Amino acid sequence: MGFIASCFFNLFEPFFRIGQRWLGLSRIAWLFVGPNLVIFGLFTFLPILINFHYAMTSGVQIMPAARPFVGAENFSMLFECSNHFDISTCNQDLFWKSIANTSKFTVLQVILMVFFSLLTALVLNRKIIGRSFWRGVFFYPVLLSPVVVALLWKWILQKHGLLNAGLMAGGYDAQEWLTDANWSFFWVIFVSIWAHMGFYTLILLAGLQAIPRDVYDAAEMDAASPWRTLSRITIPLLMPNLIVVVVLALIRAIQIFDEVFVLTGGGPGSATTFIVQYIYQVGFAEQIHLYGLAAAASLVLAAGILVLTLLQLKLSRAGEAGKKKR
Amino acid sequence: MIESNAAVGRHHHARHLLASCAALVALTCGVAAHAADVRVMCYQDGNECDVTAELAKRFEAKNPGTKIIIDKVPYKTVVEQLPVQLASGQGPDIARVTEIGGLSKYYLDIGPYVQDRAYWEKNFGNTLSWMRTSAGDKGIYGLMSQLTVTGPYVNKTLFEQANVPLPGPKATWDDWVVATRKVAKATQLEASMAWDRSGHRFAGPAISYGAKLFTASGDLVVDDGYKALVQKFVGWNKDGTMSKEVWAGAGGSAYRDGFEDFKNGRIVMYLSGSWQIRRMNSQIGKNFDWIVVPNPCGPAACSGMPGGAAFVALKGSKSPKEAGRFLDFLAQEDVYAEMMVKTENLPAHQGLVQKGVNYTSAPEIKAALAVFSTDIPRLSPLAYRLQGYQYNRSLMFPTVTRVTQAIVGEMSVNDAMTRLSSDMAESVKQAKK
Repeated sequence: MGFIASCFFNLFEPFFRIGQRWLGLSRIAWLFVGPNLVIFGLFTFLPILINFHYAMTSGVQIMPAARPFVGAENFSMLFECSNHFDISTCNQDLFWKSIANTSKFTVLQVILMVFFSLLTALVLNRKIIGRSFWRGVFFYPVLLSPVVVALLWKWILQKHGLLNAGLMAGGYDAQEWLTDANWSFFWVIFVSIWAHMGFYTLILLAGLQAIPRDVYDAAEMDAASPWRTLSRITIPLLMPNLIVVVVLALIRAIQIFDEVFVLTGGGPGSATTFIVQYIYQVGFAEQIHLYGLAAAASLVLAAGILVLTLLQLKLSRAGEAGKKKR
Repeated sequence: MIESNAAVGRHHHARHLLASCAALVALTCGVAAHAADVRVMCYQDGNECDVTAELAKRFEAKNPGTKIIIDKVPYKTVVEQLPVQLASGQGPDIARVTEIGGLSKYYLDIGPYVQDRAYWEKNFGNTLSWMRTSAGDKGIYGLMSQLTVTGPYVNKTLFEQANVPLPGPKATWDDWVVATRKVAKATQLEASMAWDRSGHRFAGPAISYGAKLFTASGDLVVDDGYKALVQKFVGWNKDGTMSKEVWAGAGGSAYRDGFEDFKNGRIVMYLSGSWQIRRMNSQIGKNFDWIVVPNPCGPAACSGMPGGAAFVALKGSKSPKEAGRFLDFLAQEDVYAEMMVKTENLPAHQGLVQKGVNYTSAPEIKAALAVFSTDIPRLSPLAYRLQGYQYNRSLMFPTVTRVTQAIVGEMSVNDAMTRLSSDMAESVKQAKK
């Protein structure tokens, strides 16, 4: 591979030299990053600008020029509530319901995800029989498409699915796993943890393997209990990885859509409708496409994710500063 | 000698120039011949596009120089991509659409190209208004390639096993609920009925229960009749009459049908529509006997909802005359009848509705088509009006969302109705901007 890359660059070297002589050392750098900047500009930056335009216009027209300007009307529609502590009094109650659901889901899912990922990583870090096999087993769901994951679990959980068939065969009553609000919320969390835990486990496992063995040997000589070893050695030394896992899991949880959309469709009612699904529904799923409202809601979501990203930056910088002090 | 060579060279160049001009003329002629191409964007439930392609060959033979190109596309393309193409000034010459009123501003008036306007008005008068932008609009924009009617399918075998008599043609929804519950109890089924999760399916029974749907000024309204059915429907979902998986098993306004429940013999009655006939026949087969029954009544009517797909000419067409003539050809009684027989669809052509279509299908399909056909005259004028109303989705989509919320107990029926009204008003307001 290295040989091929070297041949490739040798092939173009004369052109690079001519370009460098002609443009100068600093300008040729722009030549290299230019294509990427154009692609980024066209497919990321421009859509963000267009999204701002949509958020400040209304109507159902898709062409930006044909849309009447309404200023902050879409935002005020989203935030209009006669009592901000009662979702049912809000103009867009489903928006607030989706925010509440997303918050609840994010808190529960992230805590459980980190807990189980850590637990799995700790177990997989020990010398157990078939360790490589178990690592593969836990990572396997990460390779599956979210739609496949959701369909798989839907077949298991639906009224006449595998789980109820098993329960009935054992003489128990069938349960409404996906048509009862509480159960469906539970299963949405469970399935998302099942599907993504392997990824976070891998990050934590890498962190665990980077902890020097002699620290544990010293703890053993001091007759430290397993709990003390975990709380005073493993967790503090694993903290940078844990922060990455928490922030990544947080961002992913806020953006949850595909698995839930296929598994429950956001139901029953609006019990598992999350913010991204709300945006999709308002902007694209209804026959009257309210692009402006959807764009405004997506900007609110972007603001939330921005706050979390800044938090991640701050935490990781604090972590690095702490490391240097040590 | 040099002069002679130059002359030969000039002669050679002149020949090249002449040949090039000839090629250019031929190319231009070729382009001119293709100028009469008519592109048809077509999706099919069954074999509609194949049959249209067959009929198009006959049209081409009668109209040399015109080529009809049928572009078969998935339904999703017509729903999601066609509106975007039309908004940006692109699109085919003709399209087969189901969002008939919603796209009406893009339709081309083919009135100047049809042989007999009176023929169109007489035979397609009921549905022409669905394609028009307003009451004063007299344009002819296309024809319904398939009329669909919503209506219930019944598992006759279960009725026979339970020894419960089938309610008669004038039975109400309440009568059917009682009868199907008896059957469900006798045959140990959990639920007795399912309605497709769709505001369109809901609208027929709502009209039967007295929903007027429009104010005197012509705006959509959620009235007491509509609320009466919502109340009943929510109750039927809560008491286990309805299969909970269909409406409560999803969120938002997502469509979900109850076919799987019916196919697997888990319910006794299933409200869907005439487009399911082929599926019923092919997937249920000999597992049990199924029949179509007339739409049950309410205090105000015994109505289902009309619907279907229409071939419409589009404003961006580069061959408007040919597109108009092709649609006129399809609308002729003999051609249209052939299309109905081969596609096993219900006709929107009034002459054919009266005469009856001579279907050559399997007996179960023929019987089902006959029931749906006889139900067409029983459809309420309100049902036609709602179907033709440009913003009907503003009522239908929020109905699904809000009624489901009432079913699962997220809000009361009264609150759901208040929300439905405000969602509908906002949606219409935005659509009119």
